[in-house]
Amino acid sequence: MLAIGIDILFRGNNLVRLLEGLWVTIKISMLAIIVSIILGILFGMVMTMKHPMIKGVCRVYLEFIRIMPQLVLLFLVYFGATKAFQIHISGKVAAVLVFSLWGTAEMGDLVRGALVSIPYHQYESGMALGLTRLKIFRYIIIPQTLRRLIPLAINLATRMIKTTSLIVLIGVVEVLKVGQQIIEANRFTVPDAALWIYAVVFFLYFIVCYPISLLARKLERIWQE
Amino acid sequence: MDFGFIKEYIPMYAEAAKLTFSIGLIGIIGASIVGFICSIIKYVKVPVLRRIISVYIELSRNTPLLVQLFFLYFGLPKIGLMMSSRGCAITGLIFLGGSYMAEAFRSGLEAVESTQIECAESLGLKRYQVMRYVVFPQSLAMSMPAFCANIIFLIKETSVFSAVALADLMYVAKDLIGLYYKTDEALLMLVVSYLILLLPISILCSVIERRLQYAGYRN
Repeated sequence: MLAIGIDILFRGNNLVRLLEGLWVTIKISMLAIIVSIILGILFGMVMTMKHPMIKGVCRVYLEFIRIMPQLVLLFLVYFGATKAFQIHISGKVAAVLVFSLWGTAEMGDLVRGALVSIPYHQYESGMALGLTRLKIFRYIIIPQTLRRLIPLAINLATRMIKTTSLIVLIGVVEVLKVGQQIIEANRFTVPDAALWIYAVVFFLYFIVCYPISLLARKLERIWQE
Repeated sequence: MDFGFIKEYIPMYAEAAKLTFSIGLIGIIGASIVGFICSIIKYVKVPVLRRIISVYIELSRNTPLLVQLFFLYFGLPKIGLMMSSRGCAITGLIFLGGSYMAEAFRSGLEAVESTQIECAESLGLKRYQVMRYVVFPQSLAMSMPAFCANIIFLIKETSVFSAVALADLMYVAKDLIGLYYKTDEALLMLVVSYLILLLPISILCSVIERRLQYAGYRN
């Protein structure tokens, strides 16, 4: 029984359907990652400002997003916003919105950390060499910031891909949902389908995330000063 | 906003928060033990075990908890391994948390400079004494920020347990939305519950982090 359970994957177009489900997951996380990178860099720069009002607002936003589980945020947007503003948001839109909000906060904090970690004498040395402000940023600050930032940002990306698995709970049809559908459809012919399908989904996530984490680790090692 | 409704259902949330907290606590303790053992095995480079633990860490760090839970809860019973949803939740949390804790402790252990160990050895300390009196005190202090971050991360991750029919905070909120259509009230209480649960831990963690800044030999 156990030996034949795995062939559920190759029956019909089950594997293709699972991969399509995975593609939905990846598409949503990619969209959110791109938005988070752009907004996160801006948010990070805003966070380095000294103005107390700006600092306070940023702090509250960051802490709130950090403390709330991502699933709660998803519920807030998916159910809460629908009720509050009388608009219908599809699960996918809610997911992109929530993961962008969350990613922006996390990415912003990484950018802030990287910017703050550049010692002030780097700016001063640049000025002493007679570089303009623009040139100091272009040739001194940005290259150093990026080296610190990119490995951490890649790690954040894998976290976002993993967290995207939660969207099944607000009814988006992604890899887990497709898995459930396959299991339900074959309930009587292949009773132990659940074992195989969930194992496959587990490894699909692993196959997506592992190379990305390896890349992050490699870059971190190369760029260590 | 219906405050009578909120008042009526506060006990339900309190009950669920207790469940979330207790499972989180057991999970964190379990994960710390697993992580500590794994990190030591990797640190002293036990031949074969080291490889197995590396595989475990990579598997658990690169897959989402929800998928791990589904495998435990729906998949494993097919080969006769039946677990209650509570058992699944705790097992899942320890499986996930163990690797994160292992990484936190390992980075702390590796941050202890080799000169420290050499000095201790030249003073005639035995191998276990070197670990007990020189390496651990420094490494634990240095892995504290990552450890604290993991605690918050793990408690947050408990929110997915509603998917395996555990009556935690998410489950109660979803139930109330489904039963009475009191979306605003249910969500407000959900957010407040998580704030009550996590804000003190978050503040405590930043206090500990600040106190420990001077520990170890970081400059």
